[in-house]
Amino acid sequence: MAHRLLSGAMTSTDTTHPDTAPFLSLEAVRKTYPGVVALDRFSMEVRPGEVIGLVGENGAGKSTLMKILGGVTRPDSGTITVDGVAHDGLTVEQSIGSGIAFVHQELNLFENLDVAANIFFGREPLKAGPLRLVDRAKLRDMVAPLLKRVGANFSADAPVASLSLAQQQMVEIAKALSIRARLVILDEPTSSLPMAETEKLLDVIKGLKAQGISVIFISHRLHEIERVADRVVVLRDGTLAGTLAKDRINHDEMVRLMIGRMLKEREKAGEATRAPGSVALSAEAIRTSTYPDRPVSIELRRAEILGLAGLVGSGRTELARVLFGIDERLAGSVTLDGKPLNVGSAADAVANGIFLVPEDRKLTGILLDLSIAQNITLPNLPAHARRSLVSPGAELATAEKQKKNLGIKAPSVLTRTGTLSGGNQQKVVLAKWLAMNPKVMILDEPTRGIDIGAKAEIYGLMRALADAGVAVLMISSDMEEVIGVSDRIAVMHEGQISGILDKDDFSQENVLLLAVGKKPKLLQAAGGVQ
Amino acid sequence: MSKKDLGLLILILVVGAVVTAINPRFLSAINLANTSNLVALFGILSIGQAFVIITGGIELSVGSLIALLGTLFIDFIAVRELDWPLAFVVIIVLGAVIGFVHGWLITRLKLQPFVVTLCGLLIYRGVARFYTADGTAGFAFGQNFPTLEFLTAGRSYGLPNSFIALIVIAIVMWVVLHRSVFGRYLYAIGKNEEAAKYSGIRTGRIIIAAYVICGVLTALSAIYFAMYTRSISPASHGQFYELYAIAAAVLGGFSLRGGEGSLVGVILGTVLLQELQNLVNLLGIPSSLNFAVMGGVILIGVLVDQQWGVFRARRRMIEATRQNVAGAPAE
Repeated sequence: MAHRLLSGAMTSTDTTHPDTAPFLSLEAVRKTYPGVVALDRFSMEVRPGEVIGLVGENGAGKSTLMKILGGVTRPDSGTITVDGVAHDGLTVEQSIGSGIAFVHQELNLFENLDVAANIFFGREPLKAGPLRLVDRAKLRDMVAPLLKRVGANFSADAPVASLSLAQQQMVEIAKALSIRARLVILDEPTSSLPMAETEKLLDVIKGLKAQGISVIFISHRLHEIERVADRVVVLRDGTLAGTLAKDRINHDEMVRLMIGRMLKEREKAGEATRAPGSVALSAEAIRTSTYPDRPVSIELRRAEILGLAGLVGSGRTELARVLFGIDERLAGSVTLDGKPLNVGSAADAVANGIFLVPEDRKLTGILLDLSIAQNITLPNLPAHARRSLVSPGAELATAEKQKKNLGIKAPSVLTRTGTLSGGNQQKVVLAKWLAMNPKVMILDEPTRGIDIGAKAEIYGLMRALADAGVAVLMISSDMEEVIGVSDRIAVMHEGQISGILDKDDFSQENVLLLAVGKKPKLLQAAGGVQ
Repeated sequence: MSKKDLGLLILILVVGAVVTAINPRFLSAINLANTSNLVALFGILSIGQAFVIITGGIELSVGSLIALLGTLFIDFIAVRELDWPLAFVVIIVLGAVIGFVHGWLITRLKLQPFVVTLCGLLIYRGVARFYTADGTAGFAFGQNFPTLEFLTAGRSYGLPNSFIALIVIAIVMWVVLHRSVFGRYLYAIGKNEEAAKYSGIRTGRIIIAAYVICGVLTALSAIYFAMYTRSISPASHGQFYELYAIAAAVLGGFSLRGGEGSLVGVILGTVLLQELQNLVNLLGIPSSLNFAVMGGVILIGVLVDQQWGVFRARRRMIEATRQNVAGAPAE
């Protein structure tokens, strides 16, 4: 057992010594989930005071690795050695006890409490006596040195709600230090930070390193990794794609290792059978509340699948929500078939044939407590009613037809959708829109959490829609899906469209370059030969 | 009729049988007529509440509204000598307007239903008391409204006319709730308002409509209550009636989270509540215990219902496991 935990390591001023024993090492770690190998033959080590950059595409295995280090899941095989003690797997207690601390992208702070209360939540120093009052003075004394160590420019009694995001992250890091963390894992800490704030956070990382604390820094922003990492570990498809030593860390090398291969099995939606038609929906300089200072323009053409790629948080879902009328459009204009369109609510969008298959199926896509039939007819119920009374016959007929067309596997159309598998639930979402006449179909992560077979069917449906003349917009974080399914790819970066790729220029590298805000490598140079 | 409703009906019959065994006057014509009149008055009120609860909302101001609208109604016809049909229409419209305002505050200004209607509860009670200068609204000696009195407090074929009104309203509202497009929207919104919105339903309008329906039915029952008591002291008239209505809905299987419940359920809930009141009187239980008996029965009812649900879920799971095990070799 790891009992040698906190043996004076904090006093070490030594930083990154290749010779020092690693604080943490993983050897041949493997973790499978039903049908998926999430992590395989993965080995890495972290030395005291070392900053490791961890990169990889969505789904490369980063989350699984984090779960293993946090003690949330046990690996199937392999060894985890912490501070010289080997384990088959960690428990949450062991992970915390050995000084591994996490700062997640979604911060776990009580915004209504002050900084000190957050840092020592549940571990407050108490005054003597039966009332168990919090000893505020002692609490401040305990918090002050921690805040100093993270270079905080705010006081211990500031309410967390008043702090900026970067400052809130400092609170999280101070919290980690308060439990004597020896390894701090930062999961996409900068993805929601503006530039200046990011600088502060990178300084904090350097400060941790100087104190002999190891850091694993996970980020999609490769230039930040370039700046702070001592070593970069690249994950791809659950395996170690490569490790880059300090002098070899550069942007291109990281991208090469992240992609590393040609597209394996191209996930097919079938090729387009007809040329893209005229513009169906056009958005001109619209602004969303998430990125109010970044106007977005996009054109969806009939009979075309436009893929919308980009990193999580780049503003894709927000764009879809505005087009579908869920969120308010702050500025700009939208035209449908060349006519100005004012979509003030989802009901307006639906009335105009603009449909959305939302990202969160269970919360917004379907009503789990309603039957398949009730879900399918919900957006078009008046058409299934006589004198405002629902006609069960018409309703069942529509539902049966859609169930058959889409191959929804369920005992009957009266089955509750909550009992269906993810893939069948998604088909119900699609069915309710296909039962009407879509002009524009927006699909947000349509195959997330869906098994391979159903995936292929959904790709087929999307292609059939496009062939029928519908303008299809597919938001996806799955690189192979975007490349395999789309006819054109638009990529978003920090709230704006950073580029649009035509079929000839499709490559994971180009999508990734645009997603991190760089220039893609196009076949035809500007003004190229025709 | 769902199993839940059937269970409630059986409970009503069993309680009725026990009360009859102890005090046969329970089944006397006069007692039945009185009780069914009360069932009608509270039933109309509770149906309105049910429409709000199904959206996941709550309407706490109905007790105060009964005082305010009842006071106004009597004042209109007894003091200001308006034609009663005109006064009737004005009161109903007033109920609709108040319901609309509540719905508008809740959906457009995103206030919580509890808060909006709690403020309503305080405001309308205060206004009613102010209107009568804390006095009593009533008819002068010898003032008569034969048609109105017949419709509200009279009887046809031995049945109180109020009860016939309840049956008509219940049938209409049953169709609205269980058969109409609007009713389907109400359930969808109650189950998951976000998903309903993503399906293109104008959720705001539907919710406002639910509060308007509640306002109209409350106004109607306010007139009935006014003609039943014939004199109103606004400080106490209709007090706690919102709780009777909510209790009836809860007993009838409505979930305060929304999306669950049936019209038959809320009617049966009302019947059970009135039966309990009646029981307290007939069995000589001190009337001060009235609320305690009601609270106890509701608590037991909800507990049994919830435990029954847990039991059934467990049985279904065991059944499914058994089928899987049995079916496995065949695959």
